[in-house]
Amino acid sequence: MNKISIERLNFFYKDKQVIRDLSLEIEANKILSVFGPSNSGITTFLRSLNRLYDLVPEARMEGLILLDGKDIHAKDVSLTELRRRVGMVFDVPTPLPLSIFDNVAYGPRLGGVKSRAKLMETVEEALRMAALWDEVQNRLDIPAMSLSGGQQQRLCVARVLALKPEVVLLDRPCSGLDPISTAKIEESLCELKKRFTIVIAPHNVQQAGRISDRAAFMLSGELVEEDSAQMIFSNPKNSRTNDYITGRFG
Amino acid sequence: MDKNMKAKPRIGDKAAKAVIWTAALLVIAVLVCIILYVLAKGLPVISWSFLTEVPRNMGREGGVASTIVSTLLVTFTAIVIATPLGIGTAFYLAEYTKEGIITRIIRFSAESLAGIPSIVYGLFGFVFFVEILGMGWSVLSGGLTLAIMILPTVIRTSEEAIITVPKSYREVSFSLGGTKWQTIFRAVFPSAIRGITNGVILSVGRCVAETAAVYLTLGSTLRMPTSLFSPGRSMAVHFYLLASEDISMENAYGTAALLIILIFLINVVANTAVNRMIAKNAKR
Amino acid sequence: MIKFKEKLSGRIFFALALSSISVLALITVFIVVKGAPMLGAVGGLSWDPEYGEFGIIPMVIGTLAVTLGAAVIGVPVGICCAIFLAEFAPLKMRNIFRPAIQLLAGIPSVVYGFWGLMFIVPFIRDHLGGAGLSILAGSVVLAIMILPTIISISEVALLSLPPHYKTGSLALGLTHWQTIYHLMLPAAKSGIMAAVILGIGRAVGETMAVILVLGNAVAIPDSILSSVRTLTTSIGIEMGYAEGMHQEALFATGIVLFVMIMIINSLAQYVVRKK
Repeated sequence: MNKISIERLNFFYKDKQVIRDLSLEIEANKILSVFGPSNSGITTFLRSLNRLYDLVPEARMEGLILLDGKDIHAKDVSLTELRRRVGMVFDVPTPLPLSIFDNVAYGPRLGGVKSRAKLMETVEEALRMAALWDEVQNRLDIPAMSLSGGQQQRLCVARVLALKPEVVLLDRPCSGLDPISTAKIEESLCELKKRFTIVIAPHNVQQAGRISDRAAFMLSGELVEEDSAQMIFSNPKNSRTNDYITGRFG
Repeated sequence: MDKNMKAKPRIGDKAAKAVIWTAALLVIAVLVCIILYVLAKGLPVISWSFLTEVPRNMGREGGVASTIVSTLLVTFTAIVIATPLGIGTAFYLAEYTKEGIITRIIRFSAESLAGIPSIVYGLFGFVFFVEILGMGWSVLSGGLTLAIMILPTVIRTSEEAIITVPKSYREVSFSLGGTKWQTIFRAVFPSAIRGITNGVILSVGRCVAETAAVYLTLGSTLRMPTSLFSPGRSMAVHFYLLASEDISMENAYGTAALLIILIFLINVVANTAVNRMIAKNAKR
Repeated sequence: MIKFKEKLSGRIFFALALSSISVLALITVFIVVKGAPMLGAVGGLSWDPEYGEFGIIPMVIGTLAVTLGAAVIGVPVGICCAIFLAEFAPLKMRNIFRPAIQLLAGIPSVVYGFWGLMFIVPFIRDHLGGAGLSILAGSVVLAIMILPTIISISEVALLSLPPHYKTGSLALGLTHWQTIYHLMLPAAKSGIMAAVILGIGRAVGETMAVILVLGNAVAIPDSILSSVRTLTTSIGIEMGYAEGMHQEALFATGIVLFVMIMIINSLAQYVVRKK
């Protein structure tokens, strides 16, 4: 069984439809890139997977999203539990105005972990996975805001990993970063897929090509095609995908 | 031609600059004049016994101890009542309700009541608390009146502070599995506390400085207040009575100097609190 | 447990908001109910509670006169100071000036009144004639009192203009003052207007500063050296002993003040939103 199954997802914001009839299977322990021009509904798509769009009063969703075969909109699904299982990294670094340690420990603390030793263990593990530990291990109590942009974004990755999620959503996580920071994040992603299922909106086609196992092309709220990354980037079936990849538009 | 074009604005610039500098220096001069005048006349009066002795003979002799205690008590009462109410209301407005009629009514009334002259609050407090509820002139009447007076300010400044917390903090907290309460308490509140504290401290200053409303509700007895139900006389009222009834100019100046020092300290505390919180959060 | 906390916290916030709004409603309703019966009787020119005359027109005129005077003196000086702080002041001076303005805002108004009584009143008496206790004295004291409001809000309005306004204009060869006068002031107009209106609101509502320097005569003034009484001082002076109709007339005075302030504040909000 696939990690996430999406059946006929339609998404509306006020009267505007932003996602049309999207059906998609997401395999476990793979990196799926969902790419396309901006305003294709990719951010909305990612946010529907952890129901973060619940925060937007005018949003409405139709269709079915199954996580491990279970409807995430079912009445007995705890929203907080869902969001812990499906973590999210945003397009700009979003450290909270807390220390590095408190940022990473934020999620576990919300979940009720109180012991300092246990938190420390989790924080270290998460920072190591996000390839940030070596740079910050001696200054965990400085404000997270004082890190560089690339470090901040890796901190945000670590913060999600500290939740021990099953799925990690990354919404253009490298859009504001320099190439070196980007490379570091990409490197750790390839390491991370052994333990997590990763859905990423890459910030360009090249990035999608570098890191993905599977790739999905979205255009104006529609899923144009989804296939193995190799197929999509070398031999796309749909001409629109081809046009986009080869840079004819977008 | 070139010369003319250049010469004209230069004169204008100089004149304008001169006017602005004059205005600024004038204001500084007036400020210095007021503060120095009061301090010069008042500081020599302040001594240990002035601070610790109860006024005698209508305030002609003795110190101002009971008025200090009254001021602190009535301010404390007002803050204890208004702060939770005001901050809670602000959170309710900013986080728990959708924009609608209710929020608009609360916001409009807070907005309007914030500008109402303090004497109107005094009028209300005097008739409602002192007379109708029979609480008499007391710390409680004064505190409640001041609490109502500062409530709109506390609501407005707190809500402002909460709204300016970046949306991303909330999203992050929710995306990490935070509940609403956890998000408010752990992500929003720590970021908003700077603005909230600032509003509260400003209100403390207003309570300390308020004269008319306190005179009408706390009373003007010089006895040391012993409970919430004792009447008292605040420092500002004491100053007013000493000065306007020509009882003791010397002690009036002493009281005024003390008030200015107190307000100054409150401002310093507010500024350092704010600066420390900025420093804590900002880039190193 | 978490669910319970969640519900409880929501309820508590709601309860707090409800209490706040009830308190705010209470004071509004109370003042209106108390003052409404006499509202029809306060339109006259003569205030003599002992003989049942409750006309507050002299006080309305007094309030308007003193406020206008304060605005005429305080507004230009205040705006100049704001420009000074935002554009001209050397950094060191700014760092002293700003907290000083803040301090000025916090000083009890009764201290200003007293200072006016010791300095302004004798000055007017000696140099301009009359008793000294006058509209002019009140205007000067109030002008000083509203300075912090005008300065700080106008300064924020000037500082929050996007920096490219200034750089763009300077790059076009305009001088610093031309940039300020032709570009920055018009762009910050609504903020400065709001500052002025709020300052005026503060002047209208002030009691203790003017109670000491106006002389408090209930009469329609014939010059700026006349003694007058404002709406606020009228309440302040007579509240302590007023009863019955007299007390209600003071509440009616309160309603009139209330309405004046509401109009002023709505005006300020309108000006800010128009931007």
